[in-house]
Amino acid sequence: MSVDSNLLHDLSYFSSLNAAELEAIKPLFYEKTVQRGELIFFEGEPADTLYFLISGIVKLFKTSTQGKEQIISLARPHDVLNDISIFDNGPNPISAQAMSTVNLYGIKKDRLETTLRQHPQVSARIIRVLAARTRQLISLVEDLSFKHVIGRVAKILLEHTSDGAGSGQRLTQQEMAAMAGTAREVVARSLKTLEERGIIRLDRQRIIISDKNALQEMINQEV
Amino acid sequence: MIQMPEINQDKCNLCGLCIEICRCNAIVLVNNVVTCVETEECHWCTLCEAICPTGALTCSFEIIIED
Repeated sequence: MSVDSNLLHDLSYFSSLNAAELEAIKPLFYEKTVQRGELIFFEGEPADTLYFLISGIVKLFKTSTQGKEQIISLARPHDVLNDISIFDNGPNPISAQAMSTVNLYGIKKDRLETTLRQHPQVSARIIRVLAARTRQLISLVEDLSFKHVIGRVAKILLEHTSDGAGSGQRLTQQEMAAMAGTAREVVARSLKTLEERGIIRLDRQRIIISDKNALQEMINQEV
Repeated sequence: MIQMPEINQDKCNLCGLCIEICRCNAIVLVNNVVTCVETEECHWCTLCEAICPTGALTCSFEIIIED
């Protein structure tokens, strides 16, 4: 399977490169398809390949010694999965699992270093991506520290809406629990509470947000 | 086609708790394989997902904003 330079351009790292530059770096990448449920890389493993998500959804998570999972984020197309371990030479701080059939572009670390030397403007893009990631992690810390569970669940609902055509991303209560740092039963109770307050409706396979403003108010409330 | 809860057979240990708890008889044992039968009686109560000890059964939600 060959790498498409148009898809490379859609990746934030390489969006500042022109067509000729993209064609020049294209041979350094390879494409990989991962099936739903497969693990792409493990927390604690050394990393020698940088992965970019081209299509599908990938769960990025940490696992406690008791086996409890905390979802750090859900990676969407054009996201980079494991830049931290590539750039600081440390082990993967997270694991990655495909939540659907996933297509990835991978580049070996030494080839990435060559790319950065030959195209220094890519480094500026990388800094922006890492800064945005830091901001996102600060937001997660804020949520876990200052928000009620129901507020965290409300935020997850607002951040993961789809167009209603059935083809969008779907979440289980267990996944919501892993994202909110709580137990599945607590998520179930939170959803019930939101439904009783008329903020959401639970339909077959759908959570319908009927009062977006009220849901936002739940998110803004602090512990 | 009616969407039903998904079963990951690799994780299923055939405990049968989901079959017991399902109130609409949508989950059955067929040739020693836990199977979901398509039925509109399934109202997505998610009790099967809640009781599954291995996480083999999942009931996912799409989240939409009402216009």
